[in-house]
Amino acid sequence: MNKTSTAVAVLVVGTLALAGCTDNTTEASTDGAISVVSTNDTCNVSTDTTAGGTIKFDVKNEGSAVTEFYLLAEDGLRIVGEVENIGPGVTRDLVVMAPQGKYFTACKPGMVGDGIRAAFTVSESADGQEVSADRAALQKNATDQYAAYVKDQTEQLVRGTEKFAEAFASGDEELAKSLYAPTRMHWERIEPVAESFGDLDPILDAREADLEAGDSFTGWHRAEKDLWAPEGYTKMSQGDREEIATKMVEDTKELYTRTQSLEFTPDQLANGAKELLDEVATGKVTGEEETFSHTDLWDFQANLEGAKIAYEDLQPLLAGTDDALDEELKTNFAALQKQLDAYREGDGFKYYQDLSDSQIKELASGVDALSEPLSKLTAVVVK
Amino acid sequence: MHAESSGSQPSTGVTMNRRLLLSAMGAGGAGLALGALGHRAYASQESQQTVDDQVPFYGEHQSGIITEAQDRMHTAAFDVQARSREELIELLQNWTRAIAQMMKGQPVGTSGAVDGSYDAPPEDTGEALGLPASRLTVTIGFGRTLFEKDGKARFGLDGKLPEALIELPHFRSDMIEEARSNGDIIVQACADDPQVAVHAIRNLSRLAFGKANVRWSQIGFGRTSKTSTAQSTPRNLFGFKDGTNNIVAEHTDEINEHVWVQKQRTDQPWMVGGSYMVIRRIRMHIETWDRATLGEQENLVGRLKGSGAPLSGGEEFTAPDFTMAGSNGPIIPVDSHIAVVHPDAHQGIKMLRRGFNYTDGSDGLGRLDAGLFFIAFVTDARTHFVPIQQAMSANDAMTEYLRNTSSGLYAIVPGVREGQYLGQQLFES
Repeated sequence: MNKTSTAVAVLVVGTLALAGCTDNTTEASTDGAISVVSTNDTCNVSTDTTAGGTIKFDVKNEGSAVTEFYLLAEDGLRIVGEVENIGPGVTRDLVVMAPQGKYFTACKPGMVGDGIRAAFTVSESADGQEVSADRAALQKNATDQYAAYVKDQTEQLVRGTEKFAEAFASGDEELAKSLYAPTRMHWERIEPVAESFGDLDPILDAREADLEAGDSFTGWHRAEKDLWAPEGYTKMSQGDREEIATKMVEDTKELYTRTQSLEFTPDQLANGAKELLDEVATGKVTGEEETFSHTDLWDFQANLEGAKIAYEDLQPLLAGTDDALDEELKTNFAALQKQLDAYREGDGFKYYQDLSDSQIKELASGVDALSEPLSKLTAVVVK
Repeated sequence: MHAESSGSQPSTGVTMNRRLLLSAMGAGGAGLALGALGHRAYASQESQQTVDDQVPFYGEHQSGIITEAQDRMHTAAFDVQARSREELIELLQNWTRAIAQMMKGQPVGTSGAVDGSYDAPPEDTGEALGLPASRLTVTIGFGRTLFEKDGKARFGLDGKLPEALIELPHFRSDMIEEARSNGDIIVQACADDPQVAVHAIRNLSRLAFGKANVRWSQIGFGRTSKTSTAQSTPRNLFGFKDGTNNIVAEHTDEINEHVWVQKQRTDQPWMVGGSYMVIRRIRMHIETWDRATLGEQENLVGRLKGSGAPLSGGEEFTAPDFTMAGSNGPIIPVDSHIAVVHPDAHQGIKMLRRGFNYTDGSDGLGRLDAGLFFIAFVTDARTHFVPIQQAMSANDAMTEYLRNTSSGLYAIVPGVREGQYLGQQLFES
């Protein structure tokens, strides 16, 4: 590129960047997106036909109420893709994968009613681009599988917590200690789901540092501190232990009840997988989760397994859509598991404080290597 | 972002030019010749160029609070070892003199960096020689521990501890490191040139040896709020505009209401015209934040990343509509940062935020040790900080990406007239 054209390019980019601040639709012309302008009573779609494959809509709300935009199947009922919560003056993208066929577009100002609809035609895909016929079915399959997994884990968590609580309350410390980490794994595998219950998470899984004056300290880490008592700590009385144990079982049963009817969306699975790795990155690989027992690697393993399940459930949505990402995730899940396997001892793992600084750094970099591609999963599976 | 692009920070531009000029001189061999001229000639030559770069030192209030926020900061907390009240006062007198000189762009002492005895170390350390004042401000405040320690009053200050100078409570998820928290005296140096700010702290530390030593210090770059209508809203390390709703210097009523200590609202008359400074070092989990989807980031903040407009629409300064319905509750999520900390949720309480981005390199795991060095000036932390921080640590979903590692509260003394020293109101009240 010669100097003149560089200068021109810089100027153009500069102008676009400036314009982009208030009006994202500037990008529409550069990335092939279809522009949609939604007002209080109109829905202006820049074209009513496009080629099959990945289709991007830039939806701008020029109305005064919150709007939504839908791409509906030929029957006018099945949602192929949707983007919600577009505030006045705001532009949002909708990216969908759609094969050849007849569809409807719909803006829904005020988020009520059937919306302002128009027919939309998707023609044959460009060469070499294969579009899965029914991504909605694949998505449903993925979320159903994951819901079943969550049910199974909470069921096992209840059974395990009962055994742990009994040992803890009766003062059988040896047994309680041996049950602590393996039982918590059921919680850690589905941590983002468990954490989504804002009332249950703090009473079951809060660490002491998470509390402020006046908060009561209950749940797993309360028991942990009592079992692996730090210097200068006065152990709980039998009565206090019984109280903590009973409450743990009750709260876990409540969690079980609430998870039985949960339904998920593909982005929740993908984001959940990413969050599980975030948990590893900010809590487990730093040894902050299990301050007293140092069983952080059990939690690490469970978070990793939970993330892998979500990925595997979603995998059919990746195949053929983003094979490179699929491959990278497969490889990096296996690589991180192999790293972690090196610290297995008997049925469990090494304690966190027995790891060297360089081992911790290696694990952290393995977590980052997997987390980065994993953060790209959502955008692919929601198409 | 329009405003940001056009707000080209004129003062930085000026400083840059002067520094360029200076290095050009050095490169041409003129640097040596200049050195031989001695600092007086040099300083007078500079002062002609730099009047616009100076913030006045004397006044009813200290500078560095409503002063248009500079781009760089070096803040240090000191523990006092002075054996007597007189020694402490002497330190404050020496500091006051030095601060007045440095804010004018002059070296400290009577002989400065190069005019003293050949057989003595120079009075000024010299690294700011030839640099303009760079809008340096130095602001001083006292921590609770200056007044009493281990239940005992210090320096004859019994009865002088303001009720409002509380010990900040432990907030949920705090991971406070004591070694970088609190301290007897706080010294905040802000400037448009980092070297000028560092020079100030370095020379004040040197003057303090034997009477006070540095407990912790922090360097910040990049202001994280606007404190003047003339300034554009900067971005924090999460990439979002920060301080959109901040108090600005021109809004005198708000400043009087929320920043300065008023006569009728303090138990300590010596604090009138002063303020309280809250400091929190808030480390950000940068790496995990960067993996969050744009949608999640915007929902956590409650604003658009590009324009800074609230999710309820409009532009950056459009008032957020917390009642506007989205498909799943309010369109601005109730646990978003702006919903939790907005003055509407706190009886209209505001803070004058004057924080800085910071980076202290990387930690042992190769992750950025970076975040927001939060600074706020308030009339009373009990009403203007604690409830908001409690709400934030309990309800703000963004805290998942934050870790508070240091904490401090300081009584910022009022400003002084020529001939007075900083803190005089306390010692003579």
